[in-house]
Amino acid sequence: MNLSLLLIVPLITALGILPAKGLKQVRAIAMAGAAVQFLLCGFLLFAYLQERASGNTAAFLFEDDYSWYAALNIHYHIGVDGISIAMILLTAFVVLAGVLVSWKMEKMNKEFFFLLIFLSLGAYGYFISLDLFTLFFFLEVAVIPKFLLIGIWGSGKKEYSAMKLALMLMGGSALVFVGLAGVYFNTDVNGAHSFDITQLSAVNIPVDVQELFFPFAFIGFGVFTALFPFHTWVPDGHSSAPTAASMFLAGISMKLGGYGCLRVATFLMPAAAHEYSPIIVALSCIAILYGAFATMMQTDLKYINAYSSVSHCGFVLLGIGMLTKTSIDGAVLQMVSHGLMTALFFAVIGMIYERAHTREVARLGGLLKVMPFISTVFVIAGLCSLGLPGLSGFVAEMTVFMGSWENADSYYRIATILSCASIVVTAVYILRATGKVINGPIVDKTHLSFTDASWNERLAAGLLIVGVLIIGITPFLLKDLINPGTAAIMTKILGVIK
Amino acid sequence: MLNDFLILMKQELLVTVIIFLLLFKKVSGREWSNVSLMNFVNVLLVINLVSGFFMQQTGTLFGDMFRSSELLSFEKNLLSLGTLIISLQSYNWLKDHKHVAEFYMLLLSTLLGMFFMLSSNNLLMFYLGLELSTIPLAALANFDLDKKKSSEAAFKMIISSAFSSGLLLFGISLLYGTTGTLSFGEIPAHISGTPLQVFSFILLFAGFGFKISAVPFHLWTADVYEGAPVAVTSYLSVISKGAILFVMVSVLYNVFTPLSGTWYNMVFLISLLTIITGNLFALRQENIKRFLAFSSIAQVGFILIGISGQSVDGTASVIYFVLIYIFSNLAAFGVVNLVSALTGKENIDDYRAFYKTNPLLSWVLAIALFSLAGVPPTAGFFGKFFLFLAGAAKGNYLFIAIAALNMIISFYYYLRIIKAMFMDANDRPIPKLETSFSPKASLFICVAGIVVTGLASGGYAYIHSLLK
Repeated sequence: MNLSLLLIVPLITALGILPAKGLKQVRAIAMAGAAVQFLLCGFLLFAYLQERASGNTAAFLFEDDYSWYAALNIHYHIGVDGISIAMILLTAFVVLAGVLVSWKMEKMNKEFFFLLIFLSLGAYGYFISLDLFTLFFFLEVAVIPKFLLIGIWGSGKKEYSAMKLALMLMGGSALVFVGLAGVYFNTDVNGAHSFDITQLSAVNIPVDVQELFFPFAFIGFGVFTALFPFHTWVPDGHSSAPTAASMFLAGISMKLGGYGCLRVATFLMPAAAHEYSPIIVALSCIAILYGAFATMMQTDLKYINAYSSVSHCGFVLLGIGMLTKTSIDGAVLQMVSHGLMTALFFAVIGMIYERAHTREVARLGGLLKVMPFISTVFVIAGLCSLGLPGLSGFVAEMTVFMGSWENADSYYRIATILSCASIVVTAVYILRATGKVINGPIVDKTHLSFTDASWNERLAAGLLIVGVLIIGITPFLLKDLINPGTAAIMTKILGVIK
Repeated sequence: MLNDFLILMKQELLVTVIIFLLLFKKVSGREWSNVSLMNFVNVLLVINLVSGFFMQQTGTLFGDMFRSSELLSFEKNLLSLGTLIISLQSYNWLKDHKHVAEFYMLLLSTLLGMFFMLSSNNLLMFYLGLELSTIPLAALANFDLDKKKSSEAAFKMIISSAFSSGLLLFGISLLYGTTGTLSFGEIPAHISGTPLQVFSFILLFAGFGFKISAVPFHLWTADVYEGAPVAVTSYLSVISKGAILFVMVSVLYNVFTPLSGTWYNMVFLISLLTIITGNLFALRQENIKRFLAFSSIAQVGFILIGISGQSVDGTASVIYFVLIYIFSNLAAFGVVNLVSALTGKENIDDYRAFYKTNPLLSWVLAIALFSLAGVPPTAGFFGKFFLFLAGAAKGNYLFIAIAALNMIISFYYYLRIIKAMFMDANDRPIPKLETSFSPKASLFICVAGIVVTGLASGGYAYIHSLLK
C-alpha cells in the first residue's frame, strides 16, 4: 500500500475544514477524515501482516523513496516496520477519540479541528519517516499546533503553559538537530553524507562520533518524552490543554520522543547507547519515582494524570536504557499502552470537568451514583494505570521489569527494584483519587443533576477501552507485531556489546 | 558590442528607463492621480521582473568593470521582486502622499545602485554602486515629512552610512596599496596575509557589517527602523541587506580566499555576537518596528552561519535564505504597514486580540512569524536548516549548538506576538481593516512564497545549479 496516503488523508481533511461553515459541518468533516484514516491504518496493519506472513523479511515494508533536496542528499523516504505500525495505530485511536470528545467544541471550532488534524499529520509523518530530515521536519510540525491549542482553548494558566511547552520542545529540537548534523557529516555512506536511517544503520558510525552526538540526540528526543530533568513542561502543558489536546499530548506527542530515542539514538548509535546506559537508567529511575511521589501531592485530576505520565514515560526510557530485547519490547508496549490509557484518562477527566466545572478531587465525590458509565471508565483507566492484570498497563510494565532484571549487574538490579517499588505509590494515588471521586458521598447537591455520557463520549471511551483490553488480554498480538523491529535494534546493540 | 551592452545590462537599463519616465512625468507638469501613477509604476516593475528571467548571459563590459551571469541576474530578480512587493504594500501609505513620483525615483535609484554593486567586478565600481544605493535611502527614511522621528532616522542613517563608507574606502585604499590592483579577479593572487592586508580586510568587513547591521555595528538600526516609514523600513531590512549579503558572499568567497582562515574566525564570532545581541534586545521591544529591527539583526546572525560554511552549499543556503527572508519579512512588514497606514498603531500591545477583528491578516502575520522563527512546514524551516547544515560542515559543533539553542529565544519573542494576536483580550482592538487590491496581492505573493519555496525543492536546486 502507498504510505503517503497516511499524509494525504489528514491533509485533505484539514483543507476541507477551511471552507466549512458552522460546528456541524466542521466536526462532520473532521470525523469523516479521522474515521477514514482509522480504517486506512487498520488496512495498513492487515497489509503488513499479510506481507510478513507471505515471508517478506525486509526490515521496512512499503518503502517509498523520492529525492527531495538532491544537492544535500535529502530524501523523502518513508516505510514502516512493526514498531511504527503500532505507533500509527495508537495515533489513529487517539485522534478518532479526540475528535469524538470535542464534539461540542463551540469556540472557534474551525481552527480547533484544523489544528487537531494538522497535529495528527505531524505524528503520522513522523512515524513513517525513514529519513532523518523528514523525521525532524515532522517532529517540529507538531510544535505550533500544540502551542495554539493550549494557548487558545486551554484553561488555567494556559498562556504560560503553552509558552513553556513550545520553548522546551523547541530546545529539544535544537539538540536533536545538532545530533543529526553530527551524524550526517561524520558518516561516510558510499562516499556521501546521508540522512537515510536504513543506510546509516548499515554503515557503522564511528564510536567517537557516537559518543559525542548520542547525548544531543537522546536528550533532545528525551525532552519530548519527559526525561528528567526536562519534564517540567509535562504537568503544566497537559493540565492547561483542552481535553482533546491533552489526550494527544500525553497519548502521542510524548511517544514521539520515545520513538526517536529508540529509532534514531539507540538504533543508529548503539555503542554510545551502551556506554551511556547507566546514566539513562538513573535518570529514568528518578523520573519514575519522582513522578510517582509528585502525583501523591496533587489535588487536581489533570495534574494527577500529568505527573503520573512523567512516571509512566520513565518506564519507556528505562526499557530503552536497559538494552535487552525484552526491555525494549516492554518500552514499545509501554508507549502504546500508556498512549491509550492516558488518552482514556484525560478523556474521562474532560467529561467530568465539562459537567462539574472543577477538577479538584476534594470538590468531587460519589459520581458513580449519578454517572455510572463515566465512573466505570474512570475506574478502568485508573486500574490500567496502576497495572491491573488483564489491562495493558500490567503487560507493558511487567515486560519492562522482566527485561531489566535480565541485566545481572547489581546497579541495574537496584534500579529495577526501585522502579518496581513505584507501583505501590501508583496504587496509592490512583485508589485514593478513585475512591474519593467515584465512591463516597456526593459533595455537591448540584452534582445530582448531571447527565451520564452522551453517545459520542461513550464511543470515544469505548474505542480506547477496546485498545487497552486487546493489549491486556492478548499481548502476544502486539508483541509479534513489533518483534522484527525490536529484533533489528537488538542485533545492532548485541553487535557492539560483544 | 552594442548587443552585449543591451543584453548584459538589460536590468540596469530598464530601471534607468523607469526613473527617466518618472522624471519626464514630473517635468511635464501634468497631474496624475496618485493611484494611477502607482499602478503605472507597478506594471513597469512587473515588466522589469519578468524581463529579468529572459536572455540571461554571462560576460563582462567596460574593461572588466562590469560583469553579468545567470546567478547575478537571479539575485537581481530577487531584489526586483522584493521591490515590487514593497511597492504594492505601500499603496495605503502613498495614496495620499504628496510626493509619489519622488518616492519611486529614489527607491529605484537605490535599486539601480544595488544592481551595479552586484555586477561590479572592481572595488571602485563596487563602491560607486554602494553609494548610489545608500544615499537615496537616507532621503527615503525622511519620507514621513511631518514626523520628527522620520527626520531623525534619516539623519542617523546618513551619518552612520557615511562613517561606514569611510571605513570601506580606507580598507579599499589599503588593499590597493598592498596589492596594486582593484580588480576582483586579480586581488587574490596578490594576497599573502600580511598584517596590512588583514587590517584592510577587517576595515572592509566592518563596512559590510554596518550595512547589514551585524553586531557591534548595529547601533543605528533600531532607531532608523522605528523612525522611517514602514515601506522604507522593510526595504532597508530586506532588500538592502539582501544585496549587501550577496556581494559579501561573493567578495569573501572569491576575493579573500587566501585569508579564509582569518575570516572564518571573524564571521563565526560576529555571527554568535549578532544572534545573541539581536535576540536579547528583541525580547523587550514594545514597538513592532523596533522589534522587527532586532529580530532582523538576529536573522543576519543566522545568515552569517551559512557564510561561515565556506562551501557551495554555504553560498546556496545564503541566497536561498535571502529569498525566503524576502517573503517572510515582507509578509510581516506588509501587515504592519497596513495597520500603521490605516490606524497609526505600531505597538505590540495594539495587536492584542487582532485575530478577533482581522482573522486573515492575523494568519498572514502568524505564518510570516513562524517562517521567521524557522518552524515547519514554512519555508523558514528549510532556510534555517540549510544555513545551519552549511555551518556545521566546518565541524565547529559548539558554535552550531549555541546558535541552535538561540533559536529558543527567537522562538519566544515571535510567539509573544502570536500570543498577543490570538490569546490576549483587548478593550480597543484594531478595527476591521479594509484592504485594497495591491496590498492583498502582495500578501498573497508572500504567503504563497512562504508555503511553496520550502516544500518544493526546485528553488534550492536552481540556486545550487547556478553556482556550479
